[in-house]
Parts: sequence; structure tokens; C-alpha cells
Amino acid sequence: MSEITAEPSAEPASERPQKEVIYRHKLFTRLTHWVNVVCFTILLMSGLQILNAHPALYWGQFGADDDHAFLQFYATRDGDELIGRTRIGSLTIETTGLFGASRGSDGELDVRAMPTWATLPSIRDLATGRRWHFFFAWLFVINGLVYVGASLVTGHLWRNLIPRARELRPGHILRDFWDHARLKFPKGEAAKRYNVLQKGAYLGVTLLLALLVLTGLTMSPGINAAVPGLLDLFGGRQSARSIHFICASLTVAFVVIHLAMVVLAGPINEIRSMITGRYVVPPEDK
Amino acid sequence: MTSKFLSRRRLLTAGAVGVGALALGGLNRFLIAPNYLQILESAEGLTLRAQRAMLAGQPLAREFSEADLSPIFKANGTVLPDTAACEALMANDFADWRLTIDGMVTTPASLSMADLKRLPQRTQITRHDCVEGWSAIGKWTGVPLGPLLQTAGLAPNARFVVFHCADDLGGGANGLYYESVDLVDAFHPQTILAHTMNDAPLKVAHGAPLRLRVERQLGYKHAKYLMRIEVVESLANIGRGNGGFWEDRGYEWYAGI
Repeated sequence: MSEITAEPSAEPASERPQKEVIYRHKLFTRLTHWVNVVCFTILLMSGLQILNAHPALYWGQFGADDDHAFLQFYATRDGDELIGRTRIGSLTIETTGLFGASRGSDGELDVRAMPTWATLPSIRDLATGRRWHFFFAWLFVINGLVYVGASLVTGHLWRNLIPRARELRPGHILRDFWDHARLKFPKGEAAKRYNVLQKGAYLGVTLLLALLVLTGLTMSPGINAAVPGLLDLFGGRQSARSIHFICASLTVAFVVIHLAMVVLAGPINEIRSMITGRYVVPPEDK
Repeated sequence: MTSKFLSRRRLLTAGAVGVGALALGGLNRFLIAPNYLQILESAEGLTLRAQRAMLAGQPLAREFSEADLSPIFKANGTVLPDTAACEALMANDFADWRLTIDGMVTTPASLSMADLKRLPQRTQITRHDCVEGWSAIGKWTGVPLGPLLQTAGLAPNARFVVFHCADDLGGGANGLYYESVDLVDAFHPQTILAHTMNDAPLKVAHGAPLRLRVERQLGYKHAKYLMRIEVVESLANIGRGNGGFWEDRGYEWYAGI
């Protein structure tokens, strides 16, 4: 009884090879996937609104204006000209228009770490950004718990996500990398299962999202008193804040690659499989 | 196997339909809501209840060592109050300053700094977390609020402690800073009225002569330039009715996250 169940095609037999349709994604996977898309989008954009209130990241227990920030978005003024800058360690790059200084709805350059199109709300409003962030954080956590719980109960985790020993051999992983790099995607029987890079990516992003929740909670002074071990786990509130930002950035990188793979592997078939669960298996090359 | 599969599938479907209906109900409410913020704000109650359950044993906020102190503790909000009353107090280094304790108490009081310093004191090195995202560690000495309220004697229906401040952060009517906590936080052992910071008298930028420390909540709860502590049953008639200066401007009353 596998999740990925082959179903006989309803079409009459003909000489041409039949289109094989399988039931690829269970309902809970599809529902939690789309709830997650909504939550992550809102959490990301409201999170960038919150970042705009103090766009500098520190390591350790404390960090404010006079302490060393390893990453900072800011603006300098050269005569009448506003220049947006991003500093990572000792490297400073000019990022006018995107980070540090960008144009608002009036077309004027303003001092602003993240641009208006990336934040929720678009205008600077920390209070409302926090309202969005914490409402959807609750929904995100509940949705995540449903996903993890259902993955354990249904066997989705062990059956579809945990790589088998033979898949973890360096040769196998390298071959998968090479195939992906040449945009040569699995076909036939191989396409019915996640390949090892997919397994790694989906397990990895689940871990990133869990880290986002834990580092988010570590920024709460209330949670710090209730669960002080979180502060030790992440090395302090400001470290947790920095890890929160890094994990969010890595999740964005995952989404970019994930969407690129969907487009390259056949967007209609892939997106349909995440909506209806039905997936047309790409036929083997003859 | 087949029947088990079907029943489980049916169960999952039923569950999903239920979740979907709830989500649609929420979405519907969201879309027709005159003010969608009210729905977003409902998360605050959930956060308060969840954190209160986790903090039921009144655990202490982490206390640090001298080695952990921020070299420079950032001053934020009002750093130099400019009301006439404040300027008069500052002119003679707060010698005429007194703290009023009134409202729903059996024994209202007016205390000088010398009166406060004669009471039992508490010193704590704690982290201050601004809602903006930065943190600073400082050493605070002051009078625990709980015993002070016990001495004043709370009326049976007393529910909140309101801190009225001397600084006019908003400017004009409703501009005076104020804050409030409920009795759970008022009686927490680390909730103190601090007059000393990093072993020196509190500087004006940090709220001289007296400020609130309510560890386990964000910086804006830690009211500076304290003038009066009022015990009330409801926050509705104070300021714009949301329990604090920043609360009246959209921020959460419960600032535990």
C-alpha cells in the first residue's frame, strides 16, 4: 500500500504507449503545502517589515547601534544623492534601489532597508507588520504540526522522504546532481518516487522551517523565561535573530530552485499533481 | 488492506473538509471584516494565554553577569523630556520628585526617592529587548513592585497597575507616556522600580529618576520618568483605552513576544 499508487488508465488500449497516471500526493500533503505557501509568503513579507525597524544583525546575547553588526542595510548621503548600502562583515556593496535606499510609491528615493514591494504592509508600519507576523505564525505552526504528524502516522516520512542506504552512496548522489545539472529528469518508474536530491531538499526545507519557528520563539522574552535552554541552543537572542534571518533567506533560495524545477520538469503536470494529486508519469525514452 | 486504505482515506478527507470549512469561514470573516486588523489582533489573546500557561510557575527572566553588560546601553524613546514639569524637576536634580501611588488602594502614598531607597531592594542584570529588534544588557537596582502594592493595599476588584510618566512623547493631548501591566506581572519578583543602572543613578536618557523594569516583556513596557502609579479595574478610560502609549498606536498590550 504505497502512497504512490499506479492506477490503470481509463483510456482504451491502442498501439501508442498509454499515458500512465498515478496518485502522487495525498490530500494532507497538498493541503498543508498550499497553507504553507500562504503562511510563508506573509511571514516573509511581514518579517522584512519587522527587519526594517532595525536592519542590522548581531551575534551573541545583545546587539544595538554601538555594537558590531555583521550584516547591515543602511544609506549614506553624497550631497543630494542617497546611496543604499549593504555591508556584510567588512565588505560593503552599493545596493541603491533594492536594499538600504529604494523608491516609494511617490518615486522618491527613501532610506529603507527592504523595498516597499517586499514588505507587508508596504509602507513602514512595524505594529501592523507584527500583527500579520504573529497571526500567521500561529497558523504556520499548526499547519506544520499537522504535516509532521500526518507524515509520521501515514508513513510518508519513512516511505517517501528518508533516503535509502543505496541512495546515499556518493556515486548515486553525484549522478543525480549531474542529471539535474543537465536538466535530465527521471522518467518512467524512476519518476514515481522522489530522487535523493528531492528527498534532501524536502527534508532540508522542513528542518529550515522548524528552525525558523524555534529561533522566532527564542526572540520572545516571555519564552526565554519559560524555556531558557533555547537561548543556549542558539547562543543568545541576537544570534537567534540572525539565524532566523539566515534560515528565511535559505528558504527563499529553496523556493526559487523549487519553482525553477517545477517549470523545467513540466509545470502543468507538476502543479496539477499538487492540486488534484494526479501525476502523469513521463514515459521512458525509447 | 483495501478497506483499511479506504477508511483511512475517508477519514483524512473528512478531516481535510473540516479544516477547509474552518479556513473558508475564517477567510470569509476576514474578507467581510470592516477592519481586518481585528482578526489579526486575535492572535495576541492566543499568545497571552499560551505564554501565561508556560509561565505559570513565574520563572525568572535570565540574569547575566557583569561580564555580559552591553558596553553602551542604547537609549530609546524619550531621551530628554521637555515638559515644563520635567524641566523643573531636572533643574534641581529631582530633589522635589515624589512618586504617587493611588487609585484602588486602601492607603495611597507619596514617596520620595529616600523613602523608596529605605525599602528592600533588588539588583538584577537582565536583557532589554526593543520591539525594533535590538537588545542591550544592563544592571538594574530598585524596589520590587509587589511588596509596594501590598503595603498600599489592593482593593478586591483591582486588576491593572498603570504607570503615568512625565515625558510627552506624543506631544499635546494624549501625548504623555503611560504603560500598564496586570497583577501577574506586577507581582513577579523581577518587576522592579529601578533608580540605579549599572551602579550609577539612573541617567535622564534612561528614565531618571525612576523607571519600570518588567522583564519578560519588550522594551516599550518599561516605562521611564515615573510620576504616578495608579491601580485600576479597567484600562478603558486611560489614554485611548488600550493600556499604553504604544498600545494606543497599534502595538500589543501583551509584549511577551
